[in-house]
Amino acid sequence: MRGVTTETPPGALPERTKPLVLISTVASDAHTWNLVFLQLLVEELGHPVVNLGPCVPEELLAQACREHRPDLLVMSSVNGHGFRDGLSAIRHLRAQPDLDPFPAAIGGKLSTSDSDDPERVRELVEAGFDAVFMDGSAAVSTFRRFLASVERPTGVHPPQHRQWTVPLSGKAAP
Amino acid sequence: MTSAPALVGAPAAPAARPPEAGFAAFVRRARARGELVVQPRMGFGSPALMRAGLRATRDAEATTVGTLTLDSYTRVGDLAAARGAAADGSDLNGYPLVTAAAHDTRWMLGGLAGPDFPVQVRHGSAVPQDIFRALVRAGLDATEGGPVSYCLPYGRVPLSTSLSNWTDSCLILAPLREQGREPHLETFGGCMLGQLCPPSQLVAISVLEALFFTRLGVRSVSASYAQQTSPEQDREAVAALRRLCTELLPRDSVDWHIVIYAYMGVFPGTVGGARALLRSAAELATLTGAERLIVKTVVESRRIPTIAENADALELAARSAENVRGAAKALGARVDDAPTAAPATDADSQVYQEAAALVEAVLNLDADLGRALAHAFRCGYLDIPYCLHPDNAGRARSYLDTAGRLQWAELGSLPLRHLVRARSAAPVTSGELLTALGYVQRTFDSMADDDPAGGSHDATAQGEPR
Repeated sequence: MRGVTTETPPGALPERTKPLVLISTVASDAHTWNLVFLQLLVEELGHPVVNLGPCVPEELLAQACREHRPDLLVMSSVNGHGFRDGLSAIRHLRAQPDLDPFPAAIGGKLSTSDSDDPERVRELVEAGFDAVFMDGSAAVSTFRRFLASVERPTGVHPPQHRQWTVPLSGKAAP
Repeated sequence: MTSAPALVGAPAAPAARPPEAGFAAFVRRARARGELVVQPRMGFGSPALMRAGLRATRDAEATTVGTLTLDSYTRVGDLAAARGAAADGSDLNGYPLVTAAAHDTRWMLGGLAGPDFPVQVRHGSAVPQDIFRALVRAGLDATEGGPVSYCLPYGRVPLSTSLSNWTDSCLILAPLREQGREPHLETFGGCMLGQLCPPSQLVAISVLEALFFTRLGVRSVSASYAQQTSPEQDREAVAALRRLCTELLPRDSVDWHIVIYAYMGVFPGTVGGARALLRSAAELATLTGAERLIVKTVVESRRIPTIAENADALELAARSAENVRGAAKALGARVDDAPTAAPATDADSQVYQEAAALVEAVLNLDADLGRALAHAFRCGYLDIPYCLHPDNAGRARSYLDTAGRLQWAELGSLPLRHLVRARSAAPVTSGELLTALGYVQRTFDSMADDDPAGGSHDATAQGEPR
């Protein structure tokens, strides 16, 4: 399996029938099964996917967003640094003047403890994530619904941010 | 990569006699007493916690070596972030050996690390030169990894760069012999991606990395193998690993042993299931005559374990190994007691034949093993299923058969067509992948009679470097 399964012709945006999903993780996270699974899942739902693989530095993430113009960014992290690194990554991304805001979600095992921390979830949302999926049995089904909610692309990134914060119980939807 | 003549040449002159101090000497003495060495995968950011962890490891009711697992910022070489996190009090997921103050590290290890309690540095880096220099400065001489196993699964570093970095790193470590120290290097190749890599390829990469180290002058190595999904297939794999090491590592100049990793994939969520899985890892190590075992804890499915949970896992593994050894001997069964003993499993097993074919194909590509490994991945002679790295061909696929053995679904260009009939191509779906990733968890949880250990089970978590 190659990380990038969707070839983008240089200088041209591909014809899209379904929103393009960019899958990434944070700079320090070396885990990949979460990324492989997400890629297969999102592809089965008919979306083209660009998978950046493990350990994605913030600049590379921004560069990939410029290059691929994704309709949705999905970040997954399970190494325990997700809160800290995810916060930094989304701030970096949202600060890029040439990148219009587009939906972004983060999920996984975001801290080194298994204790709830709604405060940090709110921090992630305030910094620019539209959804935060905490580790939980309902995370996948909630994620599917989130994916379905992402607007059909019109050539312009959907400007509206809907908040899909999933509490630590993993049960609630917006 | 830089062409290192040492990679082509024959190994250095035979060692007169392996030193009696150092990591491997400790393992050798334990083996002579019939004891399995057990080891945690522990790492903490704070020197005080790290010291407490090492002390608890040393004091556990087991024959233990210590582990200093580094944090993931240090692993990827982001030293500024490692300093930043330490400064602002953020939780680091390991010890920042490269950026930590020398006096902190000295204090952390003082009176603990030594001939009776060797400490191994675990890091996961494809750019490990700074780490190797730092561990030498700290007075340590044992570490692990490999140019393939710490590159392809975990990062973005090109394989050719990793091969060059690991060449440099071996050349940092090997000269310690001149100071009377015996540096030890363990392959991580037996653990590629933690799960779903067919055992023959794990064995092949572990052997190839051990050869890579020894050709660069490291004379004390261990070859790893991570417990997979089928106890029978695992025993075949460890026997194959031992046989290939015996056949290929220089007999007179290299001291080697086998290290087993308790399952590195999605761990059972019940306490009973997790303990049963760890017991089966100890059984695998004991029945195959492995010298060392790296354990997991009952909370692996959810979070980084505490010191007490690590100590508990070490003691459980040691007791299990002792019980298995006792029971096997009582039944008159064969337990491999010495590295020289013949394997207790079919020597010409399917795993051995496949692993030997892979190793031979790679060694025949180039006299320089670094170049041979780079070439092997380019042409798909080695191909890790589900590995996202751009230097991996990505055409081989694996699946679990109904008996729980890992098999090839697609071979890509792997030179195994004379040995393997791959499953006819039906693409592996996300559901099938998740089912396979959770197979061990389900199997062991279903045997447990207790409640879940609590919390949710992350189906994508895994025991890889942080």
